[in-house]
Amino acid sequence: MIRREFLKTGGALIVGFSLGDKLAAQERGTKAGPPDARQVDTWLAIHADNTATVYIGFAELGQGASTALLQIAAEELDLDMSQIKTVRLDTNVTPNQGGTYSSASINRGGPQVRTAAAEARLALLKLASARLNTPQDQLTVSKGIVSGSGRSVTYGELVGDKPFNVTFTGNAPVKPTTAYKIVGTKFPRNDTPAKVSAQYTYMQYVRVPGMLHGRVVRPRGQRMYGAGAKIVSVDEASIRTIPGARVVRKGDFLGVVAENEWNAIRAAQQLKVVWETPPALPGNAGLFNHMRAAKTEDMVALERGNVTAGFTAAAHTVSQTCLGPYQAHAPFGPNCAVADVKADSALVMCSTQDVYGTRNSLSRLLGMPAEKIRVQYYEGSGTYGHSCYDDVAQAAVLLSQLAGKPVRLQFMRWDEHGWDNYGPGHLGEVRAAADANGKIIAYEYQGWQHGWINTETSAQLTGVPPSEWPGAGTGVQGVNRLTCGGMYEIPNLKLVNHKLPVTSYLKAGWLRSPLDLSFAFASEQAIDQLAYLTGTDPYEFRQRNMTDMRWLGVLNAAAQAAKWTPRKAAANFSRATVVTGRGIGVGTHLTSYGGAVAEIEVNKETGCVVAKHLYGAIDSGQVVNPGFVESQIMGQLVQTASRMFKEEVKFDQTGVTSLDWGSYPIMRFDECPEVTAVVVQRLDQRSTGAGEEVMAAAAAAIANAFFDATGVRMKEFPMTPSRVLAALGGGKAA
Amino acid sequence: MQIRVNERSWTVNSTPDTPLLYVLMNELQLQGPRFGCGLAQCGSCSVLVNGVETRSCVTAVSKVEGKSITTLEGLPAWYASQKKLAKAPALHPVQQAMIDEQAVQCGYCFNGMIIKSSELLSKTPRPTEAQIRTAMNGHLCRCGTYPRIMKAIQRASVAMAGGAA
Ligand code: FES
Ligand code: FES
Repeated sequence: MIRREFLKTGGALIVGFSLGDKLAAQERGTKAGPPDARQVDTWLAIHADNTATVYIGFAELGQGASTALLQIAAEELDLDMSQIKTVRLDTNVTPNQGGTYSSASINRGGPQVRTAAAEARLALLKLASARLNTPQDQLTVSKGIVSGSGRSVTYGELVGDKPFNVTFTGNAPVKPTTAYKIVGTKFPRNDTPAKVSAQYTYMQYVRVPGMLHGRVVRPRGQRMYGAGAKIVSVDEASIRTIPGARVVRKGDFLGVVAENEWNAIRAAQQLKVVWETPPALPGNAGLFNHMRAAKTEDMVALERGNVTAGFTAAAHTVSQTCLGPYQAHAPFGPNCAVADVKADSALVMCSTQDVYGTRNSLSRLLGMPAEKIRVQYYEGSGTYGHSCYDDVAQAAVLLSQLAGKPVRLQFMRWDEHGWDNYGPGHLGEVRAAADANGKIIAYEYQGWQHGWINTETSAQLTGVPPSEWPGAGTGVQGVNRLTCGGMYEIPNLKLVNHKLPVTSYLKAGWLRSPLDLSFAFASEQAIDQLAYLTGTDPYEFRQRNMTDMRWLGVLNAAAQAAKWTPRKAAANFSRATVVTGRGIGVGTHLTSYGGAVAEIEVNKETGCVVAKHLYGAIDSGQVVNPGFVESQIMGQLVQTASRMFKEEVKFDQTGVTSLDWGSYPIMRFDECPEVTAVVVQRLDQRSTGAGEEVMAAAAAAIANAFFDATGVRMKEFPMTPSRVLAALGGGKAA
Repeated sequence: MQIRVNERSWTVNSTPDTPLLYVLMNELQLQGPRFGCGLAQCGSCSVLVNGVETRSCVTAVSKVEGKSITTLEGLPAWYASQKKLAKAPALHPVQQAMIDEQAVQCGYCFNGMIIKSSELLSKTPRPTEAQIRTAMNGHLCRCGTYPRIMKAIQRASVAMAGGAA
């Protein structure tokens, strides 16, 4: 009220700014979003102390996006990084920029934030021009101070905390890249000091007054997707001795709540439940035969030239079948959510990649209009795709509704590992052919996999039918046109998807660089083998078959970083027990370009393979903060090594048996490779993703390095000691 | 029950069998130790008990009565008392080194990483790379920050010896 009065009376009347605007700073957050994306006020507020708040619709997932997007805004506004901050994602506050998927923060979010900041700057300069009696083109700005005709005024003095009330004009000029001072620099992350000093409030620390602690009760390890987990009986008396613990249930959705967290944990473990025997899964042993024999929906993803004629004319042909496992997101801290569901409204705090998407899914689950639900984002641990964050939010909402109180639900390690939406298993049949001059002339990739699930476990257990994520078998849920041969000039090419039913296997979802490790493992080994058959160095062979400057750029960058010297692969065989090899590969996800080199060591007696040094290069167009991209490359290389050597979701006929770090091992310090990250900066190109685009290349480089070391091609990953020994025929190189 | 955390005595109401982690998070409302696995597999919940890195998720609170517990919050003061400094620095050198190396991604594992590496440096002031890998091997990072953590530990080691970091 006082503020309102001040606004009405204080300061000069400003053209273009109406008072009492619904987006006034003091009213922000009181109404259900999303706010109008065409309004500058939706994106930005300038405060009286000459600082700015930027309202960003992207989640900080540990990749630095919250800092990088502020760099973009600060650049356009000519503010210092110390003058600008952002707020947490909240469906009542922040705009809907779509989910933080597919490395989209800078790709999709960057232009929106840049445009909004440019519009705000234009509006500010108009005001300053009137205030300073100076034409706009004679004004200069530094740190939010506008100067002209020997006088100056700050942004804060011009609009301090009042709304802009300006609709996007669409013609606010953006800075030329040559004038950048903040974009393109390695500004340190703004969340690091709090994160190393226990000042950062992760989702797992959020508490609300009067809340209960909840746990879900499910079989350890998911069963066949679609079959759910059917309860035969629940013995509520089995937890009678635990103070305050009680059972809540809706259909087969089962949980416990208690005031004390340890009591909730004990109750969930102690509760006696009899589950129905589920339908049989193929298990790891039968998986790929089952997939290959299943009835599939077949779609040609891409076809050009005449593949049959190409193969007929070829001098060298390669053909192989490669297998990739189910792999888990396995966030380091299992997902957590706090929900307070009332009769006609709900407040939910969780670690979703998309607050608006989660609001919709909760709206359907509760039968409550979306505008009545407020979803707030709190960062959890890194998610790398669709881990259990939606499932945990749904489960928290159900527990709160059933218990009639706010509930904090922390998934246990086995819930997160066992009920994840895994990156799906993949079977790839690849054929490739070259002519006598070492030119690739024909290529065919046939891929078998199922799509992602759309009905989360919690919803399904309450009776919502299982369903498939839209677009299964196509796009990012199908054979990748870029990673599968897309970087080469191949006249005759055909990509085919064989879509399996989503309901006969494990739950699947997008896992960092979806399917690309499997594609690259198959495809780039075939290309590498062609190089071998034509007697060519694998780097030179790839160069010879590429014309796209950006693919060549990352290939060359990775090779140079690794000081690659030309020679034919598998040319330096050694009889030693421990042998070394190097390999090269290229690949990406949806956008951007990735190149990698791997140097590995193989112990032929133990079957142990370790990566000694991985080099990864990314061209993702204009890089806002090269330091963050280097950090992303490092994470991708280490995670790729983990996925290529160690990670495989184990399951038998009943269900998943990978339930913790013992039964699902990942990379540790002892085998962590040295990493070299190369950022190919292209300030004049649109920014594209950088969070996953070198993983396919690194997977390929590792597989090719194994061939270089041993002369044997691996057909399946992870390359565990038993698989390696089997491939080497009991310890001797072929 | 009384426990001593970060040089302060606390009265706690949890039952004696409650793992220390839940006491620290829920009763003391500390934001350093955090839940990762509850199985002593990951290091997310680590604290120092009498200077020794300990998994609070599997340590009953009754087991630490009469001992001195240090969490991430109390690490600078613990360092000051180790080094006999008049005043605690704002951050332990390892924390500062993690910032200087920009080692953090999601940062969730860094409680354990920082607790474990400060224990290491208190015993082995100038660790070799191999010693670092061995000492840290029980701590997982899903984001893959290991290479920068190793650099940060080396940097902190130099800083603690009084050299330029
Ligand atoms: S939470 Fe204690 S070791 Fe993982
Ligand atoms: S930084 Fe995310 S788990 Fe280590």
